[in-house]
Amino acid sequence: MKYWREPLDLKDIRVPHGVIHILKERCKGCGWCIEYCPRDVLAPSDEINTKGYHPPHVVQADACVSCGLCELLCPEFAIYVEETEGEVVLYER
Amino acid sequence: MGIEMQGYRLDKTMEQHEEAEGWVDEIHGTHPMDDLLRTDRLPHIWCPGCGLGTALTCFLSALRKSKFDLDKVVVVSGIGCTGRVAGYVRLDSFHTTHGRAIPFATGLKLGNPALKVVVFSGDGDLVTIGGNHFIHAARRNMDITVICVNNFNYGMTGGQAGATTPVGGVTSTSPYGNYEYPFNVSALAAASGAVYVARWTVLHARRLERSIHEALLKPGFSLVEIISPCPTGFGRRHKQREGLDTLHYYHEHGVIKHGADPRETDIGLSGALVEGKFVDLDKPTFLEQRSRRLAQALEK
Amino acid sequence: MSDKTHAGVLSGEFFMQGDIACAEGAICAGCRFFGGYPITPATEVAQWMSERLPVVGGMYIQMEDELASMNAVLGASWAGIKAMTATSGPGFSLMMENLGLGIMMETPCVLVNVQRGGPSTGLPTLVGQGDMMQARWGSHGDYAIIALAPSSPQEIFDLTIDAFNLAERYRTPVLVMTDAEVGHMTEKVVIPPPDEIEIVPRRKPTAPPGEYMPYYVAPGEWVAPMAVAGDGYRIHATGLTHNEKGYPATADDSSQWPLIQRLIDKIEKNRDDIIVLEENGLDDAEVAVISYGIAARTAIWPMQMARAEGIRVGLLRLVTVWPFPDAAIYDLAGRVNGIVVPEINMGQIVREVQRAAAGRTQVISVPHPGGGIHDPYKVLDAIRRAAGRKVEV
Ligand SMILES: Cc1ncc(C[n+]2csc(CCOP(=O)(O)OP(=O)(O)O)c2C)c(N)n1
Ligand code: SF4
Ligand code: SF4
Ligand code: SF4
Ligand SMILES: [Mg+2]
Repeated sequence: MKYWREPLDLKDIRVPHGVIHILKERCKGCGWCIEYCPRDVLAPSDEINTKGYHPPHVVQADACVSCGLCELLCPEFAIYVEETEGEVVLYER
Repeated sequence: MGIEMQGYRLDKTMEQHEEAEGWVDEIHGTHPMDDLLRTDRLPHIWCPGCGLGTALTCFLSALRKSKFDLDKVVVVSGIGCTGRVAGYVRLDSFHTTHGRAIPFATGLKLGNPALKVVVFSGDGDLVTIGGNHFIHAARRNMDITVICVNNFNYGMTGGQAGATTPVGGVTSTSPYGNYEYPFNVSALAAASGAVYVARWTVLHARRLERSIHEALLKPGFSLVEIISPCPTGFGRRHKQREGLDTLHYYHEHGVIKHGADPRETDIGLSGALVEGKFVDLDKPTFLEQRSRRLAQALEK
Repeated sequence: MSDKTHAGVLSGEFFMQGDIACAEGAICAGCRFFGGYPITPATEVAQWMSERLPVVGGMYIQMEDELASMNAVLGASWAGIKAMTATSGPGFSLMMENLGLGIMMETPCVLVNVQRGGPSTGLPTLVGQGDMMQARWGSHGDYAIIALAPSSPQEIFDLTIDAFNLAERYRTPVLVMTDAEVGHMTEKVVIPPPDEIEIVPRRKPTAPPGEYMPYYVAPGEWVAPMAVAGDGYRIHATGLTHNEKGYPATADDSSQWPLIQRLIDKIEKNRDDIIVLEENGLDDAEVAVISYGIAARTAIWPMQMARAEGIRVGLLRLVTVWPFPDAAIYDLAGRVNGIVVPEINMGQIVREVQRAAAGRTQVISVPHPGGGIHDPYKVLDAIRRAAGRKVEV
């Protein structure tokens, strides 16, 4: 995350981090999660599930800020984020 | 009743059922929403790129936040792709006939006022064939929340025109472009007396979720209109082959105007797609009106 | 809103209109929800309910039409309340689709049809019995139905209670097929004290949530116990063909067969429990009159005249019209020279009588298009013909 000036308390700011889980067999490959992830965490994969769709895969695991948008947007209940504890992880976009 | 039984049950035991119908955790895995879903019925029947799953997720997420006792929440649907929602929620749920979800829900609510009754159905179901029930439930300020997924057509039956199809909309029954004036679902609800009216596209999922949450908590007739892609029935006839194309359209055309006059929020095939919370007012509900009136009349 | 409270429930002797007796019968039976739409000659049921239900802790609502009324009744029943609606011809037609929903979801409720002359708007204020076949077959698809036909205000009262009990026992909508004549007739009605009225309560599941399947019918039973909304079972009910879980099962006919067969058999195979017939003077009869509702009542006078002429005529009154009493009529047909069927339609139930009689005796229809009761001499002539007497024209 880029700040216009570095906050004095930067060390104390806790940006949540998330771990993404993909339930590949539920995915219908609509690509919504990939398109609207604000942190470009996801990308299409070459993998094909039993129904013939390409589920997404995580390409920038560290970048996920656990915003939950992919989970809310996914029409298939196929992706969700688990917020992880602790670490302050700041990234340049 | 002296009777002999002869083969009315499917020759399956309960366990065989579970096996036949799912509970295939190993394949599906689990999702945080699973406890609110009839996971033994997933994956759902909706097309890839259909917005209905997102609309449902936003509803379930809002429902969870509302902290209602989930054993007292009932979902009623009519017929249509949207109407299948009732069959996927792990709640008391009723899949009624085409257009009749609202009167069924009315009976449920009046039969047991302790229930939180939600109608979740399509535009064709709620304002075309069921339009009369829609306006009358709003007029009465009946204590129900109505979630109307508007995809501008009859998805389930193959993309026909309905009362919400914009002028010019090409559907399987308006091959030369629709020439009827459409209903504006939100304006219809507002004009009929709804105390809460909001409209969001599925792309604005967070705001949609918040509006559903507000609507659920609002006493009286609340309506949330969800604009949702139907690539199969409508999108592909309007240069939106994929659901994602329609989301892009929402992104480009969506204009958030809270408090907008619902009469100025008509939806066309192009131009601004006005979203937001249009109505939020307080008015005694049907049940409150009834109690007051009866208390005055009967307790002399 | 419990159906066990007797506060405000009437008992005693009254001089009461048929429609009102219907409403009071419903209240005695535990009905605490009425959703309806005004229509002559059933309006008085709604009017009376609007006044009485709030007093007994019930809920009345005038819906926007009869489609809505039928659905509101189903919804209320699924909320655990005994529920009813009342209508006449045009409204009965509008209720047909969702009567089917009630049958498919196995929803106990009562639908009263105070019949008037039809088709269409027909004769709004005048009697008819032209909806008898619609009662049997009016909704699409295959099913069985229970329909009762009262002949007096007292019987409307009694049969409305029976209708609620049958609805609960067989988890199905039950029809009370009365008519403008009986509905608008005012006579003595005796309402017994509440504790003398048998009331069948809703059978609830005992299995814990998770083990209960809403449409699993245990061996030896015909219907499943019924969990309703709010009971914690998180049930699903649909008008689609469904399996024991209540889930749609529409891929092939594997659920359709057992479901439809059971929906039919739960009624057809329990005819002995359901069917009520009233016999009058049939023991020595050479001619039988088979009728129902007001037409059975107006057949009494011509039957008396025929008896005075020496014709041994008796009456079989169909208190239950559906399921049809095939066996009783087959038996009767073997004992008499002829059967006469007066009814205020152009010949509906007479076809069933013919079918059940299976050619064992002649069956004579005495039709009436509606708008009035039979000319007694027409019925008398038919009795004479059935007895083989000469009929002067
Ligand atoms: C009485 C009746 N008429 C017609 C139909 C056929 N039918 C099923 S769904 C549907 C349209 C559903 O449209 P909508 O409510 O917009 O739902 P969607 O599929 O678009 O979500 C129709 C016409 C029916 N089931 N019942
Ligand atoms: S939670 Fe947010 S940041 Fe993380 S993958 Fe999903 S959309 Fe991207
Ligand atoms: S949004 Fe869901 S269904 Fe669509 S690609 Fe992502 S995981 Fe798959
Ligand atoms: S037809 Fe349309 S509304 Fe129905 S599931 Fe497919 S995309 Fe969704
Ligand atoms: Mg639609």
